[in-house]
Amino acid sequence: MSNNAIIRLENITKFYGDFQALQETNTEIMRGEFFSLLGPSGCGKTTLLRTIAGFEHPSNGVVYIEDKPMTDVPANKRPTNMVFQSYAIFPHMSVEENVAYGLKARKLPKAQIAELVAEAIEMVGLKGFGKRASHALSGGQRQRVALARALVLKPKVLLLDEPLSALDKKMREQMQTELRRLQRAVGITFILVTHDQEEALTMSDRIAVMFDGEIAQIDTPQGLYKRPNSRRVAEFIGVMNFMSCEVIAHDTASLDVKVAGLGAVTVPKDQAPAGIVEGMKAAIRPEMLTILDTNEKSEFETAAKIDEVSYYGDMTYYEVRFGGHDENVTISMRNTAGRETLSTGDTARIGWGVESILLLP
Amino acid sequence: MFRGKLFGVFIAVFLVFLYAPTLLLPIFAFNDSSIVSFPLKGFTTEWFGVLRDTKPLHVAAKNSLFIALTSAFLATILGTLAARVASRYKFPGKQAAIGFIMVPMVLPEIIIGVSLLVVIIQMGMSLSLWSIILGHVLICTPFCIAILNGAFMNLDQSLEEASFDLGHSKLKTFWLITIPLVMPGLVSSMLISFTISLDEFIIAFFLAGTEPTLPVYIWGQLRFPAKLPSLMALGTILLVLSLFLLGLAEFFRRRGVKRTGQMNSGGFL
Repeated sequence: MSNNAIIRLENITKFYGDFQALQETNTEIMRGEFFSLLGPSGCGKTTLLRTIAGFEHPSNGVVYIEDKPMTDVPANKRPTNMVFQSYAIFPHMSVEENVAYGLKARKLPKAQIAELVAEAIEMVGLKGFGKRASHALSGGQRQRVALARALVLKPKVLLLDEPLSALDKKMREQMQTELRRLQRAVGITFILVTHDQEEALTMSDRIAVMFDGEIAQIDTPQGLYKRPNSRRVAEFIGVMNFMSCEVIAHDTASLDVKVAGLGAVTVPKDQAPAGIVEGMKAAIRPEMLTILDTNEKSEFETAAKIDEVSYYGDMTYYEVRFGGHDENVTISMRNTAGRETLSTGDTARIGWGVESILLLP
Repeated sequence: MFRGKLFGVFIAVFLVFLYAPTLLLPIFAFNDSSIVSFPLKGFTTEWFGVLRDTKPLHVAAKNSLFIALTSAFLATILGTLAARVASRYKFPGKQAAIGFIMVPMVLPEIIIGVSLLVVIIQMGMSLSLWSIILGHVLICTPFCIAILNGAFMNLDQSLEEASFDLGHSKLKTFWLITIPLVMPGLVSSMLISFTISLDEFIIAFFLAGTEPTLPVYIWGQLRFPAKLPSLMALGTILLVLSLFLLGLAEFFRRRGVKRTGQMNSGGFL
């Protein structure tokens, strides 16, 4: 293993009776990294998180934290702390008492506890709220208390189980930035479970996308968006257009394919899966297609008919129809000055480049 | 608003029917006559004096208090364990097990009394306060479970996990998180069991042996008309005591609700 890994999952599987919640999982999570487990509900991401925390015991395999096997280490002895989806703030205690709760288990002197608690409360921006009864707090404030309560223990790894899902949109966006800032400030490894791809993309250093109890791909946000390794991942992260394609010829450097609606293209090997896969599709992001203005030129051009227009203010989304492809293709255009918005029924020239086409299994 | 008026009259009649007999207790307790009937004769505290000097009464009262406190305590502990299992764990036969525990709630007490008597005699044990406690725990536990099950159901499981995650042991977690949060339920459970046990007659009568409880003692004294006014005084004391207990329990319940910021969902008052 690389020396920089703080958590190593070795052959982890989890069964609930006959149901396999986790397929064999082998992964390393690096020291100081913001790592996200992203997937639809029921994909096993929370099970994996709770396995790292010690609340679930893997049916097979070992969780290593800093090279020490955690098999016989219960949750209260692991160097991990968790922020729960419901925050789990103790309702019969004040903010201070909540934050001091874990320190009391360590039997530190009173003065030191008070000092650490005050520090943690200030760090999460709740200075002056220490004496507040915890049930008198808003959702965002509860979230901060939960963070302070976990971070005050200086865990090696902080586990966050869908921490933002209970907040409204504005609060969520604010907390995203703040979580990121906090993570950089304390330098602790964060593992975040979320079903919200935008949340994962904006906050994480690396993301593991999970489907059906299995990690489908681990990469940086950019890597995942630009080079998804399967159709499923491509669809889950952002919007992706798929077009059927046919391989005409291939050599070591590139493939000649015929893409429905776009015609014949030569695609470099690194934009295609290793080997020739039956039923591959050509994939292209909406922003990689351009509706050309009268004088604009592009490497490749295809004529299309506008089927539907959705205006979002800063952006316009078009559903267009290419000849030879029987599904609508989504194009997103930034509404820059001077660019006119087309309407349904118009014909347009669509510009694109080879580098924006991916072949996906 | 004829219907509204009629409904009001109905409620008034109902309340009079419910409480008038009870209100007679304090009236005759202070009436200066050994015959319990109107018209009233005058004010006296003589009957309370009689209570003070009746030694067997003190013994019966002490027995009853001891039985009620012990039964309430034991039934609440058993109820806590059962409610905890019912709300947290899944295992085959759980429904059936909980069902059988709840049955004594509807079983006629005379059946419980007789069968316990037979069992205790057959086992060669002698009747004592503990045999009554056994019977009372049996009938109180279902009520405790019913109350505590609600309390445990309302408890967010992640609170206990959070405590464990923050480094406390399971036992410490139960003590620091679980118990304080189900405290209103525990108080209600104790109070209900205490009340049920204190005025339970049939089981106490069958299993009393030589040591009567307060209800059994009162029943015995009813044969002597001259004792009636002092029983009225005794009833008055019990009435005031129950009202006080009820108020106390409600006070603690409301304080608990306020401290944890939960929704105020009913309660006694």
